[in-house]
Amino acid sequence: MALEATTVERPLATQPPPAAGTRGAAARWLLGLNALLVYTFLYAPILILVILSFNASRNVSVWRGFTLDWYRSLLAGAGTLGLYGDTGTVAQDTAELARNFQASGIVLALRNSLIVSFSATAISTVFGTMIALALHRYRFRFKGTFQTLLALPVVIPDITMGISLLVFFSLLFRLLENLLGLRMALGFATIIIGHVAFNVSYVAIVVRARLAGMDRTLEEAAQDLGANEWQTFRRVTLPLIMPGVLGGALLAFTLSLDDFVITFFTAGVGSSTLPLFVYGMIRFTVTPAINAVSTLMLLASMVLVLLSLAIQRRG
Amino acid sequence: MAQSVDLSGRELRTSTALPAVEVREVTKVFPGPHGETVVAVEDVTLTIQEGEFFSLLGPSGCGKTTTLRMIAGFELPTRGEIWIHGRPMGSTPPYRRPVNTVFQNYALFPHMTIYENVAFGLEMEGVPKDEIRRRVLEVLELVRLPGMESRRPRQLSGGQQQRVALARALVKQPEVLLLDEPLGALDLKLRKAMQLELKHIQHRVGITFIYVTHDQEEALTMSDRIAVMDRGQVLQVGAPAEIYEAPVNRFVADFIGESNLLEGQIARLEGERALIYVDGVELAAHRHAQEVQLHQAVTFALRPEKISLLATTAEVAPGHVSVTGVVEERVYIGTDTRYMVRIGDQAQLVVRMQNLTHQDADHFQPGDRVQLSWDPAVARVLVE
Repeated sequence: MALEATTVERPLATQPPPAAGTRGAAARWLLGLNALLVYTFLYAPILILVILSFNASRNVSVWRGFTLDWYRSLLAGAGTLGLYGDTGTVAQDTAELARNFQASGIVLALRNSLIVSFSATAISTVFGTMIALALHRYRFRFKGTFQTLLALPVVIPDITMGISLLVFFSLLFRLLENLLGLRMALGFATIIIGHVAFNVSYVAIVVRARLAGMDRTLEEAAQDLGANEWQTFRRVTLPLIMPGVLGGALLAFTLSLDDFVITFFTAGVGSSTLPLFVYGMIRFTVTPAINAVSTLMLLASMVLVLLSLAIQRRG
Repeated sequence: MAQSVDLSGRELRTSTALPAVEVREVTKVFPGPHGETVVAVEDVTLTIQEGEFFSLLGPSGCGKTTTLRMIAGFELPTRGEIWIHGRPMGSTPPYRRPVNTVFQNYALFPHMTIYENVAFGLEMEGVPKDEIRRRVLEVLELVRLPGMESRRPRQLSGGQQQRVALARALVKQPEVLLLDEPLGALDLKLRKAMQLELKHIQHRVGITFIYVTHDQEEALTMSDRIAVMDRGQVLQVGAPAEIYEAPVNRFVADFIGESNLLEGQIARLEGERALIYVDGVELAAHRHAQEVQLHQAVTFALRPEKISLLATTAEVAPGHVSVTGVVEERVYIGTDTRYMVRIGDQAQLVVRMQNLTHQDADHFQPGDRVQLSWDPAVARVLVE
């Protein structure tokens, strides 16, 4: 009772200042509008794309009912891959066959993309993790310089990286031909090397962040209990940094899968990845099959991200 | 049940009369952050006997942990050699040394269950699965943690994690167990209980324990012998009573327990007895066979509980000496009453009187003139 009396008598200190009422409402309204615009421009195009991938009409501006034809054509394309071999990169605007033919080009490009992304991810995850471990564990001369150089590819413009890789490969090929008589050309190998070159940085940075949070004495404890360097790494270090390694790998895979600029400069004949192929195709005609492919890629990357989140939560 | 636990394999080891660990003239120099060198351990020599509970005691940065880490093999000596049961360790990596460590922060593997944590060391040795199972369950019983096998470390309390860390090291049946401030993170009550338990476990398994701590009370309670370290050097090695009663220098006297340390000069020498002139008063102490010169600057050291307060009219006990002083402050602390008594212009002595009867506590009041008496044999002359 006494307590209640004293609290009621005390004036409220948290009264809003007078004129703030209308200003607050205006600010809230503007913030709401801002959020609406941001989310609209972020997600409306994606939503439209997904909807159009089910549109029976070839024309983007007309809705002619729901269909799964475009997805079917992708499947058919996959089926006819063997038939058309590795040449299906030219768009032809004729009949049903041509549509499947074009779709087979998409599937082929998707296959190229997956080859490049998986290879580049695997290589850069191994190397990136090794670099992160070395930087975390050892003290050596010019360590600071190495660290800065490692982070640089993250900020170097893609166009610079692409052109410099192209120049580098041209020089290298000429040198190899003159010295050893080896004739080489741009292709999967050069794309993968280019992708590894920038992916390594991302993986190393993500893994290092994880290592920084790891207790060094855990490794000492393992060695103390009789584990040699390799056993310590396999049984203690790797499981503990695994969320970082997987996170880095996933980041690398995503970056690799949708990279356009660097791939553009390092790709050769027959090694076009999906982004390159879609770009080339769009210059002739837009087929809803592209919408279907994009929707599938969206689905795939969402699954991958959810997977990585689940893994990291468990770690 | 308790008797069935056999973790020591002692028959094999006690037959050799070699010391468990010898640290011979070991120096460790680290590169500092700005290119300079930091001497962490300087010319340390220690001999630790088989089955001993040996403590390395000192303030932080005194080199005790570095010494332990060199025995474990995490650091290599810059100079000198570590011997374990007569074998020079050289640059043997930690995983090939017959020692195991209990870490300060426990260092339990967070991604493994308690069972997997304890089994890890045996798996590395290639022990058969069923034997691993038997030994893991046995050691968890020893540290009183049965039924916790499938838990994860973070599901256990600090005290339980500490026991797992101990079990994980003990299950390997090491020749020497190294403990790096293992009780540092526990609260006072749990720490006291664990001190006794560690001591019992050591008794049961009979393994040599080397225990690093900065807590002098802990070291006194648990150890067979203690090495007091400061600034990379070993100052004194001895049994707890020896370290407490006969500190070799001012640092040891100050670090272990409470001491009255007064600086003065030798005024007179009468055989064993030295009279030290402090602030206008002469205080009697024993040299304990140290060579001292007349007028030499020394420190007079006397434990507060070894001084008796008497009324000025009272008779001093035979063989004791006394000085007069004025009580400045009186603090009642339950078991004892603590008096600050001024004996010179500046010099003060702290006196602890046990409260044996109800009246003891308010025997003397601030402002009272009193006699302070002690046996000169328990007072010491410390030479730096």
